Amino acid sequence: MSTMIGLKCRECGRVYPKEVVFVCEYCFSSVEVEYDYDAIRRALTREVIASRPKSLWRYRELLPIEGDPTVGLFSGFTPLIRANRLAKALGVDELYLKDDSVSHPTLSFKDRVVSVALTRAKELGFDTVACASTGNLAGSVSALGARSSLNRYIFIPADLEVGKVIGSLIYKPNLVAVEGTYDDVNRLCAEIGSKYNWAFVNINIRPYYAEGSKTYGYEIAEQLGWRIPRHIVVPCAGGSLITKIGKAFKEFKLLGLVDGDMPTLYAAQATGCAPIVNTIRERSEIVKPVKPNTIAKSLAIGNPADGYFATKAVLDSGGWADSVSDDEIVEAMKLLGETEGIFTETAGGVTLGVAKKLIEAGRIPRNESIVICITGNGLKTQEPILSRVGAPVKIKASLASFESTLGERLAGEKCRA
Amino acid sequence: MAITVRIPTPLQRLTNGQGEVACEGKNVSDLLGDLDRRYPGVKERICDETGKLRRFVNVFVNEEDIRFLQGDQTAVKDGDEVSIIPAIAGG
Repeated sequence: MSTMIGLKCRECGRVYPKEVVFVCEYCFSSVEVEYDYDAIRRALTREVIASRPKSLWRYRELLPIEGDPTVGLFSGFTPLIRANRLAKALGVDELYLKDDSVSHPTLSFKDRVVSVALTRAKELGFDTVACASTGNLAGSVSALGARSSLNRYIFIPADLEVGKVIGSLIYKPNLVAVEGTYDDVNRLCAEIGSKYNWAFVNINIRPYYAEGSKTYGYEIAEQLGWRIPRHIVVPCAGGSLITKIGKAFKEFKLLGLVDGDMPTLYAAQATGCAPIVNTIRERSEIVKPVKPNTIAKSLAIGNPADGYFATKAVLDSGGWADSVSDDEIVEAMKLLGETEGIFTETAGGVTLGVAKKLIEAGRIPRNESIVICITGNGLKTQEPILSRVGAPVKIKASLASFESTLGERLAGEKCRA
Repeated sequence: MAITVRIPTPLQRLTNGQGEVACEGKNVSDLLGDLDRRYPGVKERICDETGKLRRFVNVFVNEEDIRFLQGDQTAVKDGDEVSIIPAIAGG
């Protein structure tokens, strides 16, 4: 059963068939999938969802496909972790981490959007998939596309972290490193996309692709025991994820799967690339592009396509935004590792760093539930922390060397020796 | 010689299917006016009622976003390449 009706312009409301349409022909706004929510309400209950396999496809009626899912059957349903040690460090009562740093198969939330995009691309008859990526999307399209026997053209900025380059090459795509920023890559891909009949997941398949991000929000609600958290801090690059998390809770409420107030959304960016944060803080409608300069390369989009919608989602929810410096990003990555045993990428450092700032500024109350979105894995972005995490203690392979070298530390431990 | 304007897929119906057309003008605003004279209807699609570029349309002169230059007053000359591109999702 397909619950997808068609596509609709997010700005002027014009409707389009559920084909390869990605911008409104009239006003150039992006288009969004429309669903038959009455049919979904009849099919989807808490019990039905809970009885299904633990993947993002347990919410399939709310995802834009027509047949059975064929890609990413093991993606999604990542842990929602009650983070008591981090809560203590931040001085808050109820803190959760939604941890997509362990997403299957490529360790970032992009596996969600790619699972949906590639399932839909196959339904639409494409044999080649492509993307413009800051790294995580590259790995996910490369990996999930390999398993789906699809040709893959992956475009990245030439200065990407080694972990992200290797993390794509291993799946043997056509990996193209473009001299320039992500925004240059994106512009080039728009031009390539209009010439070649490929499924560019974040361009011509974007209306379907973007819907995959909603599953991050659905899972938060389900894993909290069918409850909406009060505050959610979300990293922003193109601005799609935060918009779709907001939509996820709206849909769940519309379907009667949860009740209560909508969450307050907070946007997190790096100070070296904060076009969405700037727009929110100026309460403006015009997103001014910037030239990115930050270690958080996965968020380094200076010209965010969904910046306008992200700003609207945050301000409508009563939320706010902030940014952190490269140094604060690294400190936050270390704090998460030391307190909760989670190694997140620089983007996760941005989100936690901003959450900390907003709590300290009194923007997020200390006694209400807070979810911090961890969307990627630190093993992929090791360069900026190489010199910041210390080094192993070197010893000879003898007990004497061990005890003489670590003498002071051992004296400090309550050892049984 | 003229200025090459790259037309995005959704607008190619108005340019008889052409992905690239030649136009003239001293700046971007002029150029879009000339484009509309040659292919009537293009301008109302990329600009709003007040004549300003729509929120979701990006214009590049020789690969540089005109919002980093002088907006629609950015100067153009023969041989330049201008691209009109809808905003694109991130990744």
